[in-house]
Amino acid sequence: MIELENVAYNYGGGELLSDVTLKVAPGSFHFLTGPSGSGKTTLLKLCYAALIPTSGHATLFDRDVREMDRDGIALARRRIGVVHQDCQFLDHLSIAENVALPLVVSGRDALAEQANLKDLLSWVGLSQRANALPPELSGGERQRAALARAVIMSPDVILADEPTGNVDWDMSQRLLTLLVELNRMGKTVMVATHDLGLIRAAKSQVQARVLRIAARRVQLAGADL
Amino acid sequence: MIGALSRFATLMAGDAQADRVVPPTGFTAHLTLFSAAVMTFLAVFALALSLATGRLAERWSSELARSSTLRISAPVEQIAEQTQAALRVLNTTEGVASARALTAEEQRALLAPWFGPDVPVEDLPIPQLIEIIEDAKGYDAAGLRLRLQAEVPGAVLDDHTRWRRPLVRAASRLRMLGLVSILMIGAAMAAMITLAAQAALAANAQVIAVLRLVGARDIYISNAFVRRFTLRALAGAGAGMVLGALAILLLPAAQDEGGFLTGLGFQGWHWLWPLVLPPAAGAVAFVATRNAAQRSLRSMP
Repeated sequence: MIELENVAYNYGGGELLSDVTLKVAPGSFHFLTGPSGSGKTTLLKLCYAALIPTSGHATLFDRDVREMDRDGIALARRRIGVVHQDCQFLDHLSIAENVALPLVVSGRDALAEQANLKDLLSWVGLSQRANALPPELSGGERQRAALARAVIMSPDVILADEPTGNVDWDMSQRLLTLLVELNRMGKTVMVATHDLGLIRAAKSQVQARVLRIAARRVQLAGADL
Repeated sequence: MIGALSRFATLMAGDAQADRVVPPTGFTAHLTLFSAAVMTFLAVFALALSLATGRLAERWSSELARSSTLRISAPVEQIAEQTQAALRVLNTTEGVASARALTAEEQRALLAPWFGPDVPVEDLPIPQLIEIIEDAKGYDAAGLRLRLQAEVPGAVLDDHTRWRRPLVRAASRLRMLGLVSILMIGAAMAAMITLAAQAALAANAQVIAVLRLVGARDIYISNAFVRRFTLRALAGAGAGMVLGALAILLLPAAQDEGGFLTGLGFQGWHWLWPLVLPPAAGAVAFVATRNAAQRSLRSMP
């Protein structure tokens, strides 16, 4: 599904990631951890082709990203739902419209999928906030809306970058539960977080593989987690 | 071609959902509207100038190409005799279709702009003019001059070549200047719309990043901007065209006294020409915005 083979990524003359080899199998749940600035976001961006490796091979859905044109990358992203820490919404659109955005840009009729949209907003607990604008939402609500947007196309993979970074512990647990539910539905999930408490809490709910980025390389984390 | 037109029509027809994706962009919208309106207003004048000078060049070249003038300068008592002699020579010259002496009224009309309408032509020692019309083949000017020199000593042949050619050349260049002006106006409009589109794209970098994140293809994003800017340019150009055509209508009508300047405008079906300008402005905006959007998008991840 997503494979990185001896991938390195340089930026501004420095090497951010080095010799990363990673295979994300369908239906798996991964945590990616490490201190701030260790390269978690860079690695996630390599996984949805927002960055192209400086060396090595990144493969999305059996296609090398270097061989994909911009349209090919756009089409691949429709199979990958991304949740950012800062959520990235269009502030002039309502939450319902933001959640439906992937449907609109892919040419599907968002009006015809109103029932699906309502179910999704209800699932993340935002039915009452559907017509609110993004700046009117709390951090937790924004994260849940971003998660709803990430899954509305029923993607194969969900990548979440510090999804609990701006929310309290209860909201973290709620978001984690939603991600675990998605994984139980067969979705592949990868969550980048520096919150080890969240990873420990997840262990009782899901069989997750924990990767740690240290010294620009990815290692399988040990039993200390 | 049909496929491209169909795609263009689909793009212009729009998609209500897609239209909402790109937020309204304040000053770039006004800049596009204003520049399209002003440029089209100027283009209407350049077009009118070009068409008027085209008519002028055509008239000068066609009216004067086949005519020449013979001037008989002689003592008053010999004028009539020399005129008759000149007409005999001309009527037997190969290439001359007709020749006739201008009447006193016609000569008075020629002098009227300088001396007023009541000038007593008969009492003034002015030369007699003979109008010569050539046939399709034309005559040998050098040979005619030699014959006239021998038989009508006071005759001076003016085949208009000396002053007609520079006038026609000047009119043709004015027409070319008008066309070049239209092209330059189009280029300036393209540059302004490109700047406005680039400003809008830069201001919406975050919007574009979100759209790319959720799987929007470049064509979808660029179409959203292209459609908006093309419609704005069309609207602005439509207003500029109407104002320009009204201004041309308000110009004084063509009059003999006014000469060339009062003939600046459109005549007959030429009034349809300004209608070409708004679609042309729309096409310029379409190409300029699409190029700007594609360039900007290629620089984004």
